[in-house]
Amino acid sequence: MFIIVLGVTGYPLLQTIWLSFHSRPLAGHDVQADWVGLANFKTVLENAAFRAAVARTLYFTIVSVLAEAMIGVMVALLLDQEFRGRAFVRALLVLPLAMPTVVSAMMWRLIYNPEYGAFNALLLQIGLIDDYRSWLGAPGLAMNMVIIAEVWKNFSIVAIIVLAALQTIPRELYEAATIDGAGPWARFRNVTWPGILAPLSVALVLRTIEAFKVFDIFYVMTRGGPANTTKTATFFVYDESFAFLRAGSASSYALVVVAISMVLIAIYVRLLRRQDQP
Amino acid sequence: MKRILGALSIAAVMAASTVVQAQDIVLQALFMKQTAYSDKDVRDMTNDFEAAHPGIKVNLEFVPYEALHNKIVASISAGSGGYDVALVDTIWPAEFATNQFVDDLTSLVPPRDPIFGGAWKTGEYDGKIWAMPWILDTKYLFYNKDILAKAGFDHPPATLDELTQQAKVIKDKGLADYPIVWSWGQAEALVCDYALLVQAFGGQFYDESGEPAFTKGGALKALQFMVGSIKDGISNPRSTEFLEEEVRNTFSSGRAAFALNWTYMWPLANDPKQSEVAGKIGIVPAPGTPEGSPQAAINGSMGLSIMRNSDKKDAAWQYIKYLTSQETQDKYASMSLPIWKSSYADPKVVKGQEELIKAAETSVAIMYNRPTKVQYQEISTLLQQQIQSALLGLQSPEQAMKDLASQTSGMK
Repeated sequence: MFIIVLGVTGYPLLQTIWLSFHSRPLAGHDVQADWVGLANFKTVLENAAFRAAVARTLYFTIVSVLAEAMIGVMVALLLDQEFRGRAFVRALLVLPLAMPTVVSAMMWRLIYNPEYGAFNALLLQIGLIDDYRSWLGAPGLAMNMVIIAEVWKNFSIVAIIVLAALQTIPRELYEAATIDGAGPWARFRNVTWPGILAPLSVALVLRTIEAFKVFDIFYVMTRGGPANTTKTATFFVYDESFAFLRAGSASSYALVVVAISMVLIAIYVRLLRRQDQP
Repeated sequence: MKRILGALSIAAVMAASTVVQAQDIVLQALFMKQTAYSDKDVRDMTNDFEAAHPGIKVNLEFVPYEALHNKIVASISAGSGGYDVALVDTIWPAEFATNQFVDDLTSLVPPRDPIFGGAWKTGEYDGKIWAMPWILDTKYLFYNKDILAKAGFDHPPATLDELTQQAKVIKDKGLADYPIVWSWGQAEALVCDYALLVQAFGGQFYDESGEPAFTKGGALKALQFMVGSIKDGISNPRSTEFLEEEVRNTFSSGRAAFALNWTYMWPLANDPKQSEVAGKIGIVPAPGTPEGSPQAAINGSMGLSIMRNSDKKDAAWQYIKYLTSQETQDKYASMSLPIWKSSYADPKVVKGQEELIKAAETSVAIMYNRPTKVQYQEISTLLQQQIQSALLGLQSPEQAMKDLASQTSGMK
């Protein structure tokens, strides 16, 4: 088992670390690797465009994960209520999750299409805009439009996990709280919230890691445009290796992205530990 | 027993349906699904090739243009078992030859004379041929005859000034909200439109000594023209997220009076099943300026290369030879015009597309090449971003090009 893990994750990781200290073309007649020390990392950290991309990716991560958390919890609370057709609606929840990101990204690109997209048609009909406009071609706006698509795709994982947690909270606790005179908010604050906090945190950790290394949804929807305003950190890894053929510095970009993810994970782990302590 | 019989019959069916025999040579070929020959055309040509060459089979793969370069590179870097034949864009031979991704075809290619010089440029680097020209393509100005007639014009614009002026009238008369549509999304398509305008304004990317020339003269004027046409509302502002297909959709639905696009839009915009403007459109060489070039055309040709790590090079060359032959090209001349000069006098090729051929005669002769650089991909990526930042008003054209010069200094 140890050997399998070592082979599957260890070797590529070590290879990437080794490459990041070398200058080596991705392919070609002369794939000799020259030791360059920390020069690749210097290039990465001094690249203002990359720093901007990291900030952009953090914005994407924070906003989309927060939105997924809020919508996810609200939907879970709704679906925890008894109503007709509940099983059907719960099944619907799985739909966005079951869809490959590339497919949902294509779908949202069509929805946002500036010439015949449904989004334009909807806003025009309810009178919010008076002419069709470009959503993915406008700097500033494009990022937020992709975030909407991302939240649609992923809020249900949060909802499903929270829903499962809600069902483990004993009903007696709610009854007891009601008898003690607790209103809806107090019941949520004192009964529901402690019950869902731990699973919710785990869901958010997973979502944060996923969101920070985002690539596919942007690749399909905007390819980093307009004017790089949706170019996320992972685009630099992709471009550096496959478009510019520099395997060495591409590895450095990749490792910096990993390092930032690890910082995010560390913050979460600390927060979770703190919750455990009374 | 029943189960065994069932299994046996499945095995028999599988054996019978396996057309590939052990001794067959199987080529892996990579093409794009976008502009020029349709994937159906390529499949048909390949079927004909297989029928004429027993013993050789070809597996086809199609990717969008935006993924083609990186797909080739990824396959090369993975070592053996990649593609034998790949479609290569005119901007890549410098990079592919320097890194030895593709084979030198100089000793294999047919004599130069019967094929257009602009086509040869497609695969040429350092005096050698690295890709056999196949798709001879450039961008033309398409126009909607109905809209022009309603606006009171009896001829398409002959200069960019006239294009601007006609577009303004069309907009003022309410015949189109945004008369001109371009492919100005953050992609190579944007560089193609820009380079065409650089030629129109008599500019250049690099001067004779290799110093950047895009910060001044015609190259800067080209960008100023683009920015101005969006500000004036004559160019569709949504162009900044469009590629070729969105240009085709907008033009085919009759919402644009003018569009810049490749040859393939001519048959498709004239197809009543896919277009509301079929039969009402015209095509001319893209207009230029009196101080620059009177007409403009971008070399958007592509060729076929043999990958260095292929171990079936003889069969690969036979396949390339077949696809690029005059006979094959004449047969599929509606989506992409032949590389062969004499085809343009062949009534079978000309019939039904006289207007296109007439425009091609001018445009093909003047096709402008994007810079030949080993690091073209990187320069182009930065160029796309700077052009977009100017188009979207994030900074002035002058500043955008100045930034580009400092970002690309030292790139070869």
